[in-house]
Amino acid sequence: MEHYVNLAVKAVFVENMALAFFLGMCSFLAVSRQVKTAFGLGVAVIFVLTITVPMNNLIYTWLLRPGAMAWLHPALVDQDLSFLGFLTYIGTIAAMVQIVEMTLDRFAPPLHAALGIFLPLIAVNCAILGASLFMVERSYTLAESTVFGLGSGIGWALAIVALAGIRERLRYSNPPPALRGLGLTFILVGLMALGFMAFGGVQL
Amino acid sequence: MARRNPARDALIDPLFNNNPIALQVLGICSALAVTTRMDTALVMSIAVVGVTMSSNFFVSVLRHHIPTNIRIIVQLTIIASLVIVVDQVLKAYLFEISQQLSVFVGLIITNCIIMGRAEAYAMQNPPAMSLIDGLGNGLGYGAILMGTAALRELFGFGSLFGTQVLPLASDGGWYPPNGLMVLSPSAFFIIGFFIWALRTWKPEQAESD
Repeated sequence: MEHYVNLAVKAVFVENMALAFFLGMCSFLAVSRQVKTAFGLGVAVIFVLTITVPMNNLIYTWLLRPGAMAWLHPALVDQDLSFLGFLTYIGTIAAMVQIVEMTLDRFAPPLHAALGIFLPLIAVNCAILGASLFMVERSYTLAESTVFGLGSGIGWALAIVALAGIRERLRYSNPPPALRGLGLTFILVGLMALGFMAFGGVQL
Repeated sequence: MARRNPARDALIDPLFNNNPIALQVLGICSALAVTTRMDTALVMSIAVVGVTMSSNFFVSVLRHHIPTNIRIIVQLTIIASLVIVVDQVLKAYLFEISQQLSVFVGLIITNCIIMGRAEAYAMQNPPAMSLIDGLGNGLGYGAILMGTAALRELFGFGSLFGTQVLPLASDGGWYPPNGLMVLSPSAFFIIGFFIWALRTWKPEQAESD
């Protein structure tokens, strides 16, 4: 149990997807003008990450890993399909996003109305694919990858909501005209990343 | 005034006037983590230029045959296949660097520059022009990547491309390396200041916000 809590804390704070690995930066910078929309996108990312990372873990373990298909037929024990990884993960993610969107539309319309516009964006969010690739690189088990997906989603959501909060206040500041907007946001994210580095080495 | 050459514009524009990172805010995802050293940044830039060019080209060739409803997934499939090729080539010939780039080679797939250009340019324009547009945008991305990497490696390790330029204090020289440059936040500061400089030079790019 302690191992999983540790993994989650590490994914949320120490190895924050946005501020330590710069993943999902495009939407991180583009959708952080208002706390409300940032929160919506954050929830959608948590949701999709928690589903896709374990999903890709299953696919990797049972289909792609060297020798993974031995359960199908003994002759397949030498097969190594790991080079198909990228294509499979992005396909899974795009398909999952589509299924999640349709399910929400059918069974939870209010949630769909809230998350709807963000879900298609998420298919090409690097944080989602990045988490799956990290999961393969660090060879997590199924349970570990669920915790890792949830943790990194929460970390990303936390970072974007915090950034949006600061940017809402920034509107009242008076920076040099050339620095306004994107330039200032970059420097701001740099400062936030410095702040998050204080979590480095935290162990439970 | 001489008529402007569209091919030249498609190539040069993304470098300064319409830089994918500084103005369009695309493709920052994988840009920052690979810029601690110049050799990884160079390999990453070459890979992105190659993938942007060929994906733009193939999407443009197929543009009349792709049904609008599923275009995103078709584009993703084309891009992902190209990235698999790049990844296998890197693993075969530049194993050390491919280990350092780790997951970021795979993340070229979700690099918004590539998707963005495929969607915004290649879907409407003929193959040859799309190829040039891909080259221009890839180079605009590479230019920022290399600039950031040069600053970070020079001040963080006192070297360029692994060759010692500034003698380090720990080896009896005069330069104490700046540890902050090696850490991730410095990349944000450098790009932030770069955008500031670019927009001071070209004020029409500033946001009114």
